[in-house]
Amino acid sequence: MDDLLREFVTETAESLSELDGQIVKLEQNPNDQDLLSNIFRLVHTIKGTCGFLGLPRLESVAHAGENVLGKVRDGELEVTPQAVTLILQCLDRIRELLDALEETEAEPEGNDQELIDQLNAFAEGGGATEMPSAEAPVEMASAEMSAIAAEQGETMATSAEGVIEEAPEVTMDELELAFLNAKGPEELAAEAAAMEAASGVVTGSTPPVDQPLETQVPETQVPETKPESQSEPQVAAAPAKPKPAASAGGDNKKVKKDSVANQSIRVNVDVLEDLMTMASELVLTRNQLLQILRDQKESEFAAPLQRLNYVVSELQEGVMATRMQPIGNAWAKLPRIIRDLSHELGKSIELVMQGAETELDRQVLELIKDPLTHMVRNSADHGLEMPADRVAAGKDEGGTITLAAYHEGGHIIIQISDDGRGLNIDAIKAKSVANGLATEADFASLSEQQIQQFIFKPGFSTATEVTAVSGRGVGMDVVRTNIEKIGGTIELSSQQGQGTQVTIKIPLTLAIVSALIVEAGAERFAIPQLSVVELVRASSRTEHTVERINGTPVLRLRNRLLPLVNLAELMELKSPNGADTPLEGSGEEEHHALSGEDGDDKELFVVVAQIGAYSMGIIVDRVFDTEEIVVKPVAPILRNLQLFSGNTILGDGSVVMILDPNGIAAATGEINMANDLTNKKDEAANQMVSHGKVSMLVFRAVDETPKAVPLELIARLEEIDLSTVENSNGSYVVQYRGQLMPLICMDPEKQLGDSGLQSVLVFSDQDRSMGLVVEEVIDIVEDHLAVEIGSACEGYLGTAVVDGKATDIVDTGYFLNQAFSDWFDRVGASSGEPGGRTRLLLVDDSHFFRNMLRPLLSVAGYDVVTAESADQALRLCNAGESFDIIVSDIEMPDTNGFEFAQQIKNQRRWANTPIVALSAFTSPADLQKGRDVGFDDYVAKNDREALLAALRETLGEQRGAA
Amino acid sequence: MSDHAQDAGFHSNEEFVTFLIAEQLFGVPVLQVQDVLRTHRITRIPLAPPEIAGSLNLRGRIVTAIDVRRRLGLEPCDQENCMSIVTENEGELYSLIVDSVGEVLALNREELEENPATLDSTFKNYSAGIYRLNDQLLVVLDVERLLDYGQRRVA
Repeated sequence: MDDLLREFVTETAESLSELDGQIVKLEQNPNDQDLLSNIFRLVHTIKGTCGFLGLPRLESVAHAGENVLGKVRDGELEVTPQAVTLILQCLDRIRELLDALEETEAEPEGNDQELIDQLNAFAEGGGATEMPSAEAPVEMASAEMSAIAAEQGETMATSAEGVIEEAPEVTMDELELAFLNAKGPEELAAEAAAMEAASGVVTGSTPPVDQPLETQVPETQVPETKPESQSEPQVAAAPAKPKPAASAGGDNKKVKKDSVANQSIRVNVDVLEDLMTMASELVLTRNQLLQILRDQKESEFAAPLQRLNYVVSELQEGVMATRMQPIGNAWAKLPRIIRDLSHELGKSIELVMQGAETELDRQVLELIKDPLTHMVRNSADHGLEMPADRVAAGKDEGGTITLAAYHEGGHIIIQISDDGRGLNIDAIKAKSVANGLATEADFASLSEQQIQQFIFKPGFSTATEVTAVSGRGVGMDVVRTNIEKIGGTIELSSQQGQGTQVTIKIPLTLAIVSALIVEAGAERFAIPQLSVVELVRASSRTEHTVERINGTPVLRLRNRLLPLVNLAELMELKSPNGADTPLEGSGEEEHHALSGEDGDDKELFVVVAQIGAYSMGIIVDRVFDTEEIVVKPVAPILRNLQLFSGNTILGDGSVVMILDPNGIAAATGEINMANDLTNKKDEAANQMVSHGKVSMLVFRAVDETPKAVPLELIARLEEIDLSTVENSNGSYVVQYRGQLMPLICMDPEKQLGDSGLQSVLVFSDQDRSMGLVVEEVIDIVEDHLAVEIGSACEGYLGTAVVDGKATDIVDTGYFLNQAFSDWFDRVGASSGEPGGRTRLLLVDDSHFFRNMLRPLLSVAGYDVVTAESADQALRLCNAGESFDIIVSDIEMPDTNGFEFAQQIKNQRRWANTPIVALSAFTSPADLQKGRDVGFDDYVAKNDREALLAALRETLGEQRGAA
Repeated sequence: MSDHAQDAGFHSNEEFVTFLIAEQLFGVPVLQVQDVLRTHRITRIPLAPPEIAGSLNLRGRIVTAIDVRRRLGLEPCDQENCMSIVTENEGELYSLIVDSVGEVLALNREELEENPATLDSTFKNYSAGIYRLNDQLLVVLDVERLLDYGQRRVA
């Protein structure tokens, strides 16, 4: 394509997108003279250039548009919605022609007479007298057309952007020249005269054509607008008030803007990309040199290399800066889209944009442009209600969509929020069920927040009918995929009736990232620094030790268990010299963490990585330093390896793979948000369904019969050095984490040795810990916990078949009581009373108590279902579950037991189900309050015998009554 | 077939870089060859298909190394003494590890013969035809097919 033509297309496309926004603004502030003259100038420039380049069709359309604008500017016409629609149509036509021009390098065949006639008729008709009757049909026609125009506008805009991308900045002498040469309508004669006068004043002589003209442009703007502001008093007949302050400020701004424009040049994006690539290579080479320098103590290269280092860093920053663009560029077409949408949908929508100047990498900008547009459309179409509905809901008639962008750390945060109706949970449920994404039962255990996330699932589209506006076959799942592709995350929160907010977090740039270099299985890997939270050195001599539960490594880190994954194992790497990699092969190590074998002094490094809300430790053999790396995509034949996000060349010239923490999490079973949800759901379902599988720790103590404890009760597995165990008052204690922890032997006769290591199961509740001495931890088994034979023996709940073997289920409560007699006020051992399987719902926010009571109640013959909150219990109720009796804690966050009981009694389904309260507070007042709200009985939390008795009693009454 | 092959159709002669794999003489069109390397430090890529030997840095570009022996279903080569041919395919560089690289031969395109019907299917898949040289046969390696993993996965 001819260079001149290409630049024309580029610049006009830019002007057009600027115009879109400005005209929409004008519609809101019809008397903003400053805005109006700017619009006029832009259209005039387009027209002038068309004439200069010999594009008659474009010129005539632009001319007709300019005519109307001219009359508006001179106050002969008012800024009415139909005037704006007509002008927008005119711009759309220009865009259409431009598009064809770009493709074929010539104006397409066709006739614009109809549009021109409309514009002319408007210019004439609207100018003389206001003719409301004549306007009506125009409006109808234009409404129709605007729908078409919107469609076309969309495609136009995209293709026009294609051109913009090729050259981001604007300055062009030819066009300015053309602008000055263009013949305007009559009123321009005056302007031209003023301009000449101005240039005469400024330069004092007839200037040579090229350079001075540029400086004239800003100069001429000032005289140009002055007569107009004088004409304002005439316009003042129109309803709205003039805004002199705004227009004065605008003048200054414009002058400034023009001079800024003169300081920038147009550079092809390819050139920038090349520059970026080269800068990246330079960074790599610099790293390589620095690496060499590090190995040499004294080198005459040191000083120059330092300087080189500095310059390269500056250069890198500078080049990065050229790629930075304000996010406003991605938002430019949104005001127009919203305007068209509000007309199309009959809603009044205000678009608020904050932080449009926030800069981010061009590449990232490109990638988020479409998702953003899609989400804004969604908000306008689905989010905001019809004006009537809004008024009915007590809101303003007009809805607001807010776009905000800001920096946070190395990320950009973009928020899209609306004050609409929020996500309709029921609609989401219905849709998910209809689309086979989930079943009703699945939802019972999910929070609203979790259900809302379903809109990100593939195959989900909220609109019942696919509207022209947002149902384009792309759903939020595509949005999410696109954002995750660039290493971003997307979160959604919504309140029914209040609105929806989507938060997107994306990295500033994709090109150069800081990465931690690690080694595993004799290979090096890079882990992006952003996902690394901390490094932990683990060895038997430090406080952090890697332990194994049934061969699965875990790490204790600040009171929590961190799941670990061994990178070498994950990568299926065998280190060259055999068993060098610790923890490889499981047979030997399985015991070692607990067996007291002190032979393994091997140091390990654990890279703690954060993936969304999930953290995980990655075991590596060595950690090197961090390096700036240039992410390069892997070869296509390796793309299906999800563990890597790319590869790079390190300072020493070797190639390393870049690990993708998301991929690692996925590969190790912990999966990203959507899948995670399914996972949690399963977990929840498991807890829900009685006789769901329970993880149990199987160990040996006292005799050869395996013993089992629900795993969730155990806080930690410890190895206690027996030499540190003290005897106090006939019981063993050990100093543990700054406190004395009693050690309880299951066999009261057992004497602990004086030295060596002793395996201990640590139980904790709040600030108290107790250690249960065991011989050997055998395994962790997931099985149904069904106690088949009740036990009369103290310390045991009974015997169950676990993993195919008869196993004693340990009564943790009994031993806790031995350690702290006030842990529970325990009255003798529980004697199981197997009766008919009565369905019991246990509501308690404490994980510990749920897990403790569950086996107890199970032994007593109840079919136990647990819920961790009143809300969860009520969801079960809504899901159609029914129970014979409910046991509820009183002290719970959010909804407490009293409120819960009230809610139960107030609704139909469970109103007749007896409820027993569990509480630590048993004052008469509490008891009375409990009875008032509908509890059938009230039991102290620590009195398990009383609980069982109360249950029997309450159920007996119930049955008697029935 | 590649563009090169079609271009070469105008001349009757096409030049081939020859190489040996398990005593068998192979050739690739010289226009497809960017570099010939002796041993190079290769980074293993865990979990990759076995015939992918790893990746290496060739003047700042990352090159994926393919063990052609394995790709052809033969025993892996002795990494110490082998050589490799660097070729570009769809914008990516690949290094084909072979036993040894020989001379460049100019061969008359018209003499290219079809694969014998009884040829081993793996060989047949990656062979673009056979030349009868005076003392031995030369198999023309179809580099695109060799590197087309997508197709193989579908198949």
